[in-house]
Amino acid sequence: MLETTEVAASTRHRTRLRRPATRTLVRGGVIVVLLLFALLALPQLLSLYYVDAMTEVAIYAVVSLGLGVLVGRVGLVSLGQIAVLAVGAWVAARLLFATTQPYPLVLLEAGLVTMAIGTIIGLPALRLRGLYLALITLMVAGAVAIVLASTNFPNGGHGFFGYNGSLVNIPPIRRPSIATSDPAYYRYAVVVAILMFLLVFVHIRTRPGRAWSAIRQSEPAALAAGINTTMYKLWAFALASFVTGVAGGVYAGAAHYLYSIDFPAQNSIILLAVVLMGGAYSLWGAVVAGLLSQLLPALLNNWGVSNDWLTILFGIGVVQVLTTAPRGLADQVPKDLARLGLLLARLVHRPAATTAEGEAP
Amino acid sequence: MIVVTDLTVRFGGVTSLDRMSVTFESGTCGLIGPNGAGKTTFFNVLSGFIRPSSGTVTAFGENLLSMVHYRRARWGVRRTFQTEQAIEELSVYDNVAMVQEHSHRGGSRRDDVLSAISFVGLDIDPRTAVQTLGAGQRRLVEVARAVVGRPRLVLLDEPAAGLPDAETGNLAAVIRQIPARTGALTILVDHDMSLVSACCETTAVLDFGELIASGPTADVLRDERVVSAYLGTEAA
Repeated sequence: MLETTEVAASTRHRTRLRRPATRTLVRGGVIVVLLLFALLALPQLLSLYYVDAMTEVAIYAVVSLGLGVLVGRVGLVSLGQIAVLAVGAWVAARLLFATTQPYPLVLLEAGLVTMAIGTIIGLPALRLRGLYLALITLMVAGAVAIVLASTNFPNGGHGFFGYNGSLVNIPPIRRPSIATSDPAYYRYAVVVAILMFLLVFVHIRTRPGRAWSAIRQSEPAALAAGINTTMYKLWAFALASFVTGVAGGVYAGAAHYLYSIDFPAQNSIILLAVVLMGGAYSLWGAVVAGLLSQLLPALLNNWGVSNDWLTILFGIGVVQVLTTAPRGLADQVPKDLARLGLLLARLVHRPAATTAEGEAP
Repeated sequence: MIVVTDLTVRFGGVTSLDRMSVTFESGTCGLIGPNGAGKTTFFNVLSGFIRPSSGTVTAFGENLLSMVHYRRARWGVRRTFQTEQAIEELSVYDNVAMVQEHSHRGGSRRDDVLSAISFVGLDIDPRTAVQTLGAGQRRLVEVARAVVGRPRLVLLDEPAAGLPDAETGNLAAVIRQIPARTGALTILVDHDMSLVSACCETTAVLDFGELIASGPTADVLRDERVVSAYLGTEAA
C-alpha cells in the first residue's frame, strides 16, 4: 500500500519535472531576441568607436563570467583574473605569430594553456579562503605584471618570448580571415562569448554546479555528500581560467598590439568590484559587469568626463550594492522593474489593482 | 553493525571521547547525553572530519577510519547536521541529486531522487528552491539526502532541533521507516526523549565522553546513572 502511494507521488512529481515552466520559455525568448539584436542590429546602429567598445564588453563579460564562477558559485575570491587574461592574450599572440593555425584552434589552445597555469594559481585555494586567498592571487597578478613588463608581449620576433625589440615595423596580431573588420570581429567576439557562457551554464546546471553550491555554503555538508572538495575547487579554477584565457585570445586579435600596461594588477580589483555590482551569482551579472567596466568608460570618454570619476563611482556602487542588493544589479533591477510595473498598473487600472495585488508573490 | 572499540578523541587538554566502546547492531539506535557529552564528536569521527587519537571503528566488517572523508558517502555513510545544512541556492531535487550522483551505485538518478523526496513526505515541486522552504521542510530535505541511493549508515544529528511538536511527530514517522526502506543502520542523536523513545529500539548514553549506559531504550531511560547525568543528583 505504502509503495503504491510512493510510486504515485513519484510519477506526479515526474510530470511536474518534465513540463517546462512558461517563465523559462519567456526567459529563453528574451535571451534569443537580445542575442540577435546584439549580433545583427547593433553593429549597424553603432559607430566604430562603440563597436570596438562593445567588443571589449564581450571580452570582459567572459572574464567576469570566470570570476563569477569563482566568487559567486564557489566562494573563492580571486584578485588575479586580469593577470590570467594577460596570460591568455600572451599565449594566443605567440601562437598567432608563430603559426598559421586557424583562429578557433588558437583560442582553444590559449584557453587550455591558461587553464593549466590558472589551476596552479588556484592551488593555494585548497588551504586558504577569503582574504588570504585574495591576497595571494593579487600577489600572483603583481608578479605576472612584472614579468610581462620585462619580457614584453610577442610582436613578431623570434625565440620563446617572440619580442623583436623594435618599436617600429611591428606587425599587428592577425584576426580570423572571416572577421578582419571591426564589426565582423565584434560579432566573432560575441559568438565566442556565447559559447563560453554556454560552457559555464552547462557546468552550473549539472554535477559541478551542485557541488560548488554545496562547497560555498558548507564544506562539511559537501564532504558528507561525497563531494571531493579539493577536486571541485580546482575544477572551478580550471573553468574560470579556461574561459578567461579564451577571452585573452579574443582580446589579442581585437587590440592588434599588446602592451603590459594594458593589464595592470589593480584592474583585477576593479573587476571584482564590477562583478559584485553586476551580480556574481548570475550569468546576467557577468554581462552587466562587462558593460560597466568597458562601455561606461567609453561613454564617459566620449562625453569628456575624466575616468577618475569611474573609480569613485565603482567604489560607491560596491557599497550600495553590498548594502541594498547583495545579489547585484542583475538580480535587483528586474525586481525593481517588476515593482515599478505593478505600481504603474495600479495607477492606470485602479479597479484591477486588487487582482494584481492578489497575484503578487 | 558497527563496532566501536576504545575510541578516544582529544582536543588539546579536553578529552571529548574517552575510550568509548559500543556496538550498534541494526535498526534505529539512539545516542543521547547532556550537552558536551561527545555525541557530535562521535558523528564527526564517523564522517571523517575528526581523526581520533586512538581506537577503531569497524562498520559492516570494514575499517571505516581508513577511508578518506568524501569517500565515506560513496561507501554509504550519510548524515544530517545539528544546524541544518540544506543547500539554499539549490532546488530540493538538486540537493538530493548532489548526494546521489556522488554515491555511484548505478540505477536511474531521477527515480532514486524522486523516491527519496516522496519517502520523506515532501509533497512539493522538486524544483522548489530550498531557500523558500520552512525549517521543517529543510530538515526533511536533509533527511532525503541521507536516505537517497543505498546508505548503510545514517547519522541524524538532532534532526528535530527547533521544530514544533507536529513536525517532530511527522519526522519521527519518517525516521522509523528508514531502516526498513534502506536497510541502513540509523543512529539518532537528540535531546527530545519522546522522539528517541518513539524511534529507537536501543539507546546508548554518553556523558563527558564516556559511555555510561546502553541497551533497550526503555531500560536505559530508567537507568539511575542516566537520570543523574541529565538531572544531576541531590546534594546529600
